[in-house]
Amino acid sequence: MRVVIIGNSAAAVGAVESLRQHDQASEIVAISEEPHGIYSRPMLSYLLAGEIDRPHLAYRPADFYSRHNVQPILNARVASIDVAGHCVVTESGQDYGYHKLLIATGGAPIVPPVPGIDSAGVFSFTRLDDTLGMLRYLEGNPVEQVIVVGGGMIGVKATDALMKRGLRVTMVELAPRILSAALDETSSGLMARLLSDAAVEVITGGTVSAIHPEGGKGAARGPSIAGVTLDSGRELACQMLVFGIGVRPNAALAREAGIAVNRGIVVDEYMRTSAPDVYAAGDVAEAYDLVVDMNRTVAIWPNAYRQGAIAGARMAGVSRADPGAIAMNTVEVCGVPAMSIGNANVKDGPYEMMTELDERRVVYKRLTLEGDHLVGAILVGNISRAGIYTGLIRNKLDISGCRKSLMTEHMSLLSLPTSYRKHIVSEAGIEV
Amino acid sequence: MKRIVIHEEHCIGCRLCEIHCVVQHSLSRDIIKAFKVEQPRVMPRVLVEESGPVSFALQCRQCLEPSCLEACISGAMHRDEKTGAVVCDEARCVGCWMCIMVCPAGAIQQNLNGTRIASKCDLCYGAEVPACAAHCPNEALTYEDV
Repeated sequence: MRVVIIGNSAAAVGAVESLRQHDQASEIVAISEEPHGIYSRPMLSYLLAGEIDRPHLAYRPADFYSRHNVQPILNARVASIDVAGHCVVTESGQDYGYHKLLIATGGAPIVPPVPGIDSAGVFSFTRLDDTLGMLRYLEGNPVEQVIVVGGGMIGVKATDALMKRGLRVTMVELAPRILSAALDETSSGLMARLLSDAAVEVITGGTVSAIHPEGGKGAARGPSIAGVTLDSGRELACQMLVFGIGVRPNAALAREAGIAVNRGIVVDEYMRTSAPDVYAAGDVAEAYDLVVDMNRTVAIWPNAYRQGAIAGARMAGVSRADPGAIAMNTVEVCGVPAMSIGNANVKDGPYEMMTELDERRVVYKRLTLEGDHLVGAILVGNISRAGIYTGLIRNKLDISGCRKSLMTEHMSLLSLPTSYRKHIVSEAGIEV
Repeated sequence: MKRIVIHEEHCIGCRLCEIHCVVQHSLSRDIIKAFKVEQPRVMPRVLVEESGPVSFALQCRQCLEPSCLEACISGAMHRDEKTGAVVCDEARCVGCWMCIMVCPAGAIQQNLNGTRIASKCDLCYGAEVPACAAHCPNEALTYEDV
């Protein structure tokens, strides 16, 4: 069997590792348009901050391909997929036949069409080359002020990293508050205050309407940028601008091949697409989300790895159905962590919230219940044992008997029903 | 692969498991030096949960499909080839806490003493019997083939 994987990140690694658990013989070809070996995208903010060096970015050891007998084709962009002919063709005209194909093309950064966007000093923040570009630019240009467009997870991570480099950052977010998808008003306010306390100006309800190259508004592409105009008309000086708005599924290849695509590539519980022998996993896939009970893209690292592993197992003939994803993420500002798990930030509907705020210590907890089930959690400051909440959400446990104890600061397994506690500690047939 | 089995009905809440975990993971492996000399003091990777008469000692459950391994962004969390244990390579960990977000047992802790790293049980790196089980006075922790 020959397996072709388009992509070279978490989903691809998950697929390779699980495929090789069950199948040593098949040929695996991994095609990536990036020139780099396997690296961790979520770690790019640490590289940007100067907290780790480039080798530390490697998500797997350098011999990953050879140890797993994978043929990497780097720096090659797939131009088309021939679903009927079971073959992919790269832009350079090379074709690769497959018995099974995994589309793990991830997401592409969302960049609004702003005049001046082609200026030097304007970056997105998705790939290693973006970060390397920023680091080179910072080295070669006298940058003091940076504008980060986007106040979601990516924008906040970029901001925190640039702050750590000693740069003055202004964050511009279109929504009325930052982290508005992940956090509720209280927790979002706490994170915004941490940013302001660290001298970051947070501008909400606004966007950048023009970017000005150095040398004036009408100047040609300059060596650097000089500033921006916001939609409010306000002018801001900056020498660098980063788009950290988010990603959209990189699903064009699949769409053009006639594979069913909504926002992402639609997949079933084994990550199979509508085309025979074609799988999709990771940020590009629209798989089942068990909290919202529908298919949607959940562009997070753990999800990508797991979906890749499920696809890989299935290709090897092992059926490991996906119980579904849970949206979750974590971000840190000035050392204070915030986590958002599941349906954390709902407002309307049949939900009940339990909240506890300690503003002085910057500690906040909000649990969202739907009937007798936990469906979401927001934690700021104290994230100790957060996974217990994730487990309750995933396992859809009836928590009517322990609602109050879930809100205590030192919530533990002992706060939970005995049967569940024993289930959690007794993995793999261990009797308690 | 052997695993640590929790017998909560035998646990007396003495926390000797925590103490011996600290000693085992200290530089000196000496109980006095580990607690009185070494700075910062090593964190125990086992934690005793206690509520009224019920107590038990909890450490990583060594899941067959570990959520922490899926969630780890640095590749620090991995399955040790020799021992089969899920362990965190502390040199690669950046302290993003994704593993803490997904561990259903809450068995991974933040170690903020010095560099930020995820702290978890490593089954004492291939020891015949991990320190917590070896020193439990009432067999509330046992190390068994399961």
